[in-house]
Amino acid sequence: MIGVDWATYVQLLALVQNSIIAAAVLGIVGGLIGVFVMQRDMAFAVHGISELSFAGAAAALLLGINVVAGSIVGSLIAAAIIGILGAKARDRNSIIGVLMPFGLGLGILFLALYPGRSGNKFGLLTGQIISVDLPQLGLLITISIVVLVALLIVWRPLTFDSLDPEVASARGVPGRALSIVFMTLLGLTVAVSVQIIGALLVLALLVTPAAAALRVSASPVLVPVLSMVFGFVSAVGGILLALGGSLPISPYITTISFVIYVVCRIIGSRRARPVAQGLSIRRVA
Amino acid sequence: MTPEGVSSDPAPVLSIRGGALVFGERVLWSGLDLDVRPGEFIAVLGGNGTGKTSLLRAMLGEQRLDAGEVLVGGHAAHRGHRRIGYIPQQKIAAPGTPLRGRDLVMLGVNGQRYGPPITTRADRARVDALLASVGATDFADRPLGSLSGGEQQRLRVAQSLADDPTLLLCDEPLMSLDLQHQRAVSELIDARRREHGTSVIFVTHDINPVLAMVDRVLYLAQGRFTVGTPDEVLRDDVLSRLYGTPVEVFRSHGRVIVVGAPEAEHHHEVIA
Repeated sequence: MIGVDWATYVQLLALVQNSIIAAAVLGIVGGLIGVFVMQRDMAFAVHGISELSFAGAAAALLLGINVVAGSIVGSLIAAAIIGILGAKARDRNSIIGVLMPFGLGLGILFLALYPGRSGNKFGLLTGQIISVDLPQLGLLITISIVVLVALLIVWRPLTFDSLDPEVASARGVPGRALSIVFMTLLGLTVAVSVQIIGALLVLALLVTPAAAALRVSASPVLVPVLSMVFGFVSAVGGILLALGGSLPISPYITTISFVIYVVCRIIGSRRARPVAQGLSIRRVA
Repeated sequence: MTPEGVSSDPAPVLSIRGGALVFGERVLWSGLDLDVRPGEFIAVLGGNGTGKTSLLRAMLGEQRLDAGEVLVGGHAAHRGHRRIGYIPQQKIAAPGTPLRGRDLVMLGVNGQRYGPPITTRADRARVDALLASVGATDFADRPLGSLSGGEQQRLRVAQSLADDPTLLLCDEPLMSLDLQHQRAVSELIDARRREHGTSVIFVTHDINPVLAMVDRVLYLAQGRFTVGTPDEVLRDDVLSRLYGTPVEVFRSHGRVIVVGAPEAEHHHEVIA
């Protein structure tokens, strides 16, 4: 914030307060859903969904319709494809590997055809929260809150299905239905994230906070709480820092979330907890 | 084949009527009738690919038999039956699994419940009681992935008892445990049966760890089956007829060893 006087900073804050609210809500939701992303081993899927979400947003930009809506449509299509075709981890990774460049290429095509300002173009890839207008911000916040509430409702069965699928199924937890619900919620969260930090950087809010939390705790209460805090601090901290300078917001968000992860890793390894790899108790064969 | 005789006494916890399982062209078994009485301990024996796990899945309502029906408490088996406890095949949780011992048990208590994930005092008390009942209190707060196979399987027993089951279905629960833990875990299951009259269906490829506890054996082999007490089933003539080839059963120091069973080639040198 060197070179920026306090009065100007406060004025700026007032201008972007809605962006900060959107980022805060997304930080919290991203941190929460990230816990399940890790439990279900779907980090790569998040990246795949975000590229198709980008393509959807770019298409909407070209067609002059609501960019958030385009982003959501792209996200949900990707989430549905990955959810339906990729029940097994190996299938899933190959499907994502195929979808990702296709989505990115499609998006770039739409952007190339788009005659408007170029600022919007890169915004979808690397973040543009400040340039999102008020009605759209409202939409982003609403979607995030819907995801948050839905996650809280399915929390326990989803945890059961993610970590202990066989017993969960025997106990009557509907694994398939929950998987569809989860992919939908994930698609919505990704669509919101694309608007805020950009398609290329979505993982910084949907995976890094949860990965960091899992380094320091195995408690099913502490992990989501920490992950939520990490997501919130990264998203809001990123905007607050960026306001003081001329750099874009995204690198601040990604750097904060990365630093939190590194610190958690160091703390975790000092406690000599075994390294986390595959998370669930799935059948090996 | 020696189909189970009709049992007159108390209503069976589980009944199978004319059960058949077909895998492609191959009939794994057919005409299976079985009544499981309260408090009965039944071991399901057989080599790989004899449909042991499928039978268990049918009891859980997760798989349909190709013929016949499975009744639990007089009604068709369905998924999520509250009074069925299930102990899955022993699979070690990966290090880093975000669960502590007590959390695995908690999933058994309230994991199927929707709504805000708030743990009630009653849930916590239930988990504490379950942990104590299997002697897992001391390691309940450690991450699941850092516990030994035996410790994890104790927690599995506690998890399976969450809803006070009348029927306990166990799928190779002793696999890859050492002898000491095999004994400890099977004694926990047997204690539950004796103290609460819970019936136990115990799928295993090795009957020896539970031989003293078993009331009846359901032995699956060669597209056929036989049911009876261990003394009735684990005999040269009965198993030779079942396998359709000469089989010898040796008993020594309270252990049973079956020699010459065809599965032995791609399985163990002994089955029972």
